[in-house]
Amino acid sequence: MTEIVALSTSSTRSLDVAGISLHADLSGALFWEEQRLLVVSDLHLEKGSSFATRGVLLPPYDTIATLGRLAAVISRHDPRTVIALGDSFHDRSAHERLSPADRDAVAALQTGRDWIWISGNHDPMLPRDLGGTIADEVAIGPITFRHEPTGAHGEIAGHLHPKARVSARGRFMERRCFASDGMRAVMPAFGAYAGGLSIRDAAFARIFPANGFVAHLLGDRRVHAIAASRCS
Amino acid sequence: MPPRILQTSAEPAALLPDRFQAWFAARGWSPRAHQLALLQKAREDRSALLIAPTGAGKTLAGFLPTLVELSTQPLTRDAGAKKSLISTGRSVERSGGLHTLYISPLKALAVDIARNLERPIAEMGLPIKVETRTGDTPVSRRQRQRRYPPDVLLTTPEQLALLLSSDDAPFLFSALKRIVLDELHALVTSKRGDLLSLGLARLWRLAPQMRAIGLSATVAEPEQLARFLVPQPDGRERAADIVLAGGAAPPVVEMLDTRERLPWAGHSARHALSEIYELIKANKTTLVFVNTRSQAEMLFQNLWSMNDDGLAIALHHGSLDVAQRRKVEDAMSAGRLRGVVCTSSLDLGVDWGDVDLVVNIGAPKGSSRLMQRIGRANHRLDEASRAVLVPANRFEVLECRVAIDAIAENAQDTPPLRTGALDVLAQHVLGCACGEPFFSDELYAEVRTAAPYASLSRPDFDDVVDFVASGGYALKTYERFARIRQDKEGRWRVANPKVRQSYRMNVGTIVEDDMLKVRLVRSRGGGQGKAGGSTGVIARGGRLLGEIEEAFIEGLSPGDTFVFSGEVVRYETLVEDQVYVSRAHDKDPKVPSYMGGKFPLSTYLAERVRRLLDDGRAWGGLPEQVRDWLLLQKDVSRVPAVRELLVESFPRANKHYLVCYPFEGRLAHQTLGMLLTRRLERVRARPLGFVANEYAVAIWGLGDLSFMIRQGRIDLNALFDPDMLGDDLEAWLAESALMKRTFRNCAIISGLIARRHTGEEKSRRQVLFSTDLVYDVLRKHQADHVLLRAARADAATGLLDLRRLGDMLMRIHGRITHRELDHVSPLAVPVMLEIGRESVYGEAADELLAEAADELVKEAMS
Repeated sequence: MTEIVALSTSSTRSLDVAGISLHADLSGALFWEEQRLLVVSDLHLEKGSSFATRGVLLPPYDTIATLGRLAAVISRHDPRTVIALGDSFHDRSAHERLSPADRDAVAALQTGRDWIWISGNHDPMLPRDLGGTIADEVAIGPITFRHEPTGAHGEIAGHLHPKARVSARGRFMERRCFASDGMRAVMPAFGAYAGGLSIRDAAFARIFPANGFVAHLLGDRRVHAIAASRCS
Repeated sequence: MPPRILQTSAEPAALLPDRFQAWFAARGWSPRAHQLALLQKAREDRSALLIAPTGAGKTLAGFLPTLVELSTQPLTRDAGAKKSLISTGRSVERSGGLHTLYISPLKALAVDIARNLERPIAEMGLPIKVETRTGDTPVSRRQRQRRYPPDVLLTTPEQLALLLSSDDAPFLFSALKRIVLDELHALVTSKRGDLLSLGLARLWRLAPQMRAIGLSATVAEPEQLARFLVPQPDGRERAADIVLAGGAAPPVVEMLDTRERLPWAGHSARHALSEIYELIKANKTTLVFVNTRSQAEMLFQNLWSMNDDGLAIALHHGSLDVAQRRKVEDAMSAGRLRGVVCTSSLDLGVDWGDVDLVVNIGAPKGSSRLMQRIGRANHRLDEASRAVLVPANRFEVLECRVAIDAIAENAQDTPPLRTGALDVLAQHVLGCACGEPFFSDELYAEVRTAAPYASLSRPDFDDVVDFVASGGYALKTYERFARIRQDKEGRWRVANPKVRQSYRMNVGTIVEDDMLKVRLVRSRGGGQGKAGGSTGVIARGGRLLGEIEEAFIEGLSPGDTFVFSGEVVRYETLVEDQVYVSRAHDKDPKVPSYMGGKFPLSTYLAERVRRLLDDGRAWGGLPEQVRDWLLLQKDVSRVPAVRELLVESFPRANKHYLVCYPFEGRLAHQTLGMLLTRRLERVRARPLGFVANEYAVAIWGLGDLSFMIRQGRIDLNALFDPDMLGDDLEAWLAESALMKRTFRNCAIISGLIARRHTGEEKSRRQVLFSTDLVYDVLRKHQADHVLLRAARADAATGLLDLRRLGDMLMRIHGRITHRELDHVSPLAVPVMLEIGRESVYGEAADELLAEAADELVKEAMS
């Protein structure tokens, strides 16, 4: 509160899972430096147009916005491999609604690196014409990447869209966050229109049995580690 | 410009049929001049605005032309008579549709008026059928009304919009002769007024013979209000005739000359409790108005705690259950109550019997508002209303003083007529498409006959139609999902029945705050006020205390205490839409629930307060304590002149403070505080926070502000330069929670997102996307989108009060006086006392989060 924090563009915070040291990126991506592996979860591409089909005409810019932020974090870390951890597409036909420009953007991001699409409940049937490899889950060393968290040791998952709220003196801040207890982690949603679920929801208690987990909140300039019990 | 006073010279005999004259005579009444004047206007086929105080027989005046006209109609509407479904257009002989529409801002008022109308109708044996139609009217009756309409229908702006969007609209309205708009002064200040004006425009096309009667309290610009009642011709202004009811005795208003010490700050007026109690005791029936619901709760509890005489004192405010409110109102009309503690929930409504005193606690905010409240005590026109103002702190003494002077001069400060909002227009355009298909050119011309939309530009209109059709996005990808489409001739119509259904379910412009139910449970005990502890199990159930804004609860941590339902409670937990609280034994709540009144201090009263301060000779009329306070201020610092901005800087407890006194109301001050903080951050003054009240803004930080000003590192003229409304404002709007809330309201009213879905009401917790995220994305990718323009227009006058801030910055430009002090000045004390009571603003998320993160570190080390 007393110091104005110096602006830093590549703010990350270390986050350990099963003895592996990872970086929680301010954008909501997770970076494994030794592997040069970048993970993003729950992109929910074309969520806007998905609502539009049902008469709710949300601005059709969410895909552009999400891919733009993804391009920025990829250029920052230059990963060898990118994992999209499920629910990359908001519905089964979302990929058909991608504009040609968005398809080109995805192709450009894949150039020069491995790309793995992990399937999620929103996108169980991933498109074959968008490059990359398709998988249900990926294991590297002690770590398993899958969409829906099971609470297994060494698991990194998404699906729940964790967010946390911190209150003080009548003010509050609510932000997306990583949730982790050192054994496993749940990643925040990366998509521009993806909402959030409070980490105080029962769904998290099932994954972090001891309730002693930490929320890594995405602030404006930094990632802040705050005890889940301190959040509401 | 003084309004034309049009009194009739016609004899009652010429205007009132025998039956009516006999009725008046039998009751010992004679028709009032303004009642006859409205009959005269009706005979001349003119629309009219009646400006009359409470108790002047306004409602009867509004209905007399209708009753007289219908008293001569043949008895074709008896049961069994064959109903014709043929519209007769403009002919005098009606054979189906409505004759008169009455629009009220409150559905309860519509119901009461219907009851009051039944009496003259029954007593004179008039062949007139009167019905109400509100959100509570059963579906079967609504359907019957559409087929067999009554002569007179009493309803609300929302129901009118619904009727206009139905296929029956031409049949229902084409024979309409008259529309009566009650409490027009209140309706026109909000988006509901915009919606109503668009409904009127539609009616003028369906029923060109229709004439309007507006009923209003006194307003600042009657000529402008009278424009609302007649179709505006292209490029010119036209107004209805104005009828002024005279004869009301001027009110007798005093300020409570308290025996107690006047508080420096706060809004509870707790110091004057026993004096307020004595006033209730000394009068037959007293209305005690306060500015907020929580104040009402607190005062009610406090009065009862000292109510040794067992006086019947009741409570009335907007979040009490409707049935409970009606009970209080009924007890009131029956004369069974000695006092009612109430909020603006009683500003409008039917006249009650014998209210002989109005007590107004706290700041009056505006002279017209106060006069309307005081009018509630005016049960007989020729008797003066009596009112006592009870200031809750020293600044409010100044406000009360100038309000009393303003009332003596009958000076009004109602806001100017609104410019019609684009989100409301979008809702109306969709409603139009649900009825008969329309051509853009014709609808544009029609909409511009509504006074608030008279200067609507064609590009704005076209953008709104485009928005309703396919979202209005530069990226044209939603054509295939369009909600309205053009046919071959170019007429717009709804694309499918689901769109129509969704419109019907979401009509209206009132966006309620999200409310949570508050339940009292036993504390899970243990740590006193300890935050956290998520594992404790709360027994479900618990006594229901009432409802509270979700936004308030969001700012609390478990363990925080606040006042609700008259007692101090501890926040335990939130489960779904239920807030669980337990009884706390603290005397003072940790978090204030005073969120300020809904309305800021009016520009007019603010100007008068500044003039009073500037005129030392006028201080003689102030209580001694206040006079001494101002004299001391003059001694140690300075009392600001009318057009000047006084800025003080001083150190206190390792921090440095900057206090300024713009007197522009809390909303404009909050925005100012936010923008000043950003600027001070940029010059490395290291600001930490600020607090704003109605009169002043105080900012504090680590940098030595006095020193920086002395050294020229802070140039006050540059700091307060109007250019802060440029880039700084833009940057702030990008993240402002208030702006996001404003945008959300526009998104809902415009129909971008639905409040209610077919079938079931979606629970708040199931909301599938956040409008905040939509705002972020839209702002970045199409900053000039019509919804963002609508939100921006709202921000100018609403929660951010940007227009007023802009006017102030222009006013004080080059007129800033700085005083460097070595300690806090007397004038600064009130706002300084708000620190820690009011929420501290500032939007530096990282600081707040870092603070919470430090706690984690401490916990780990302990």
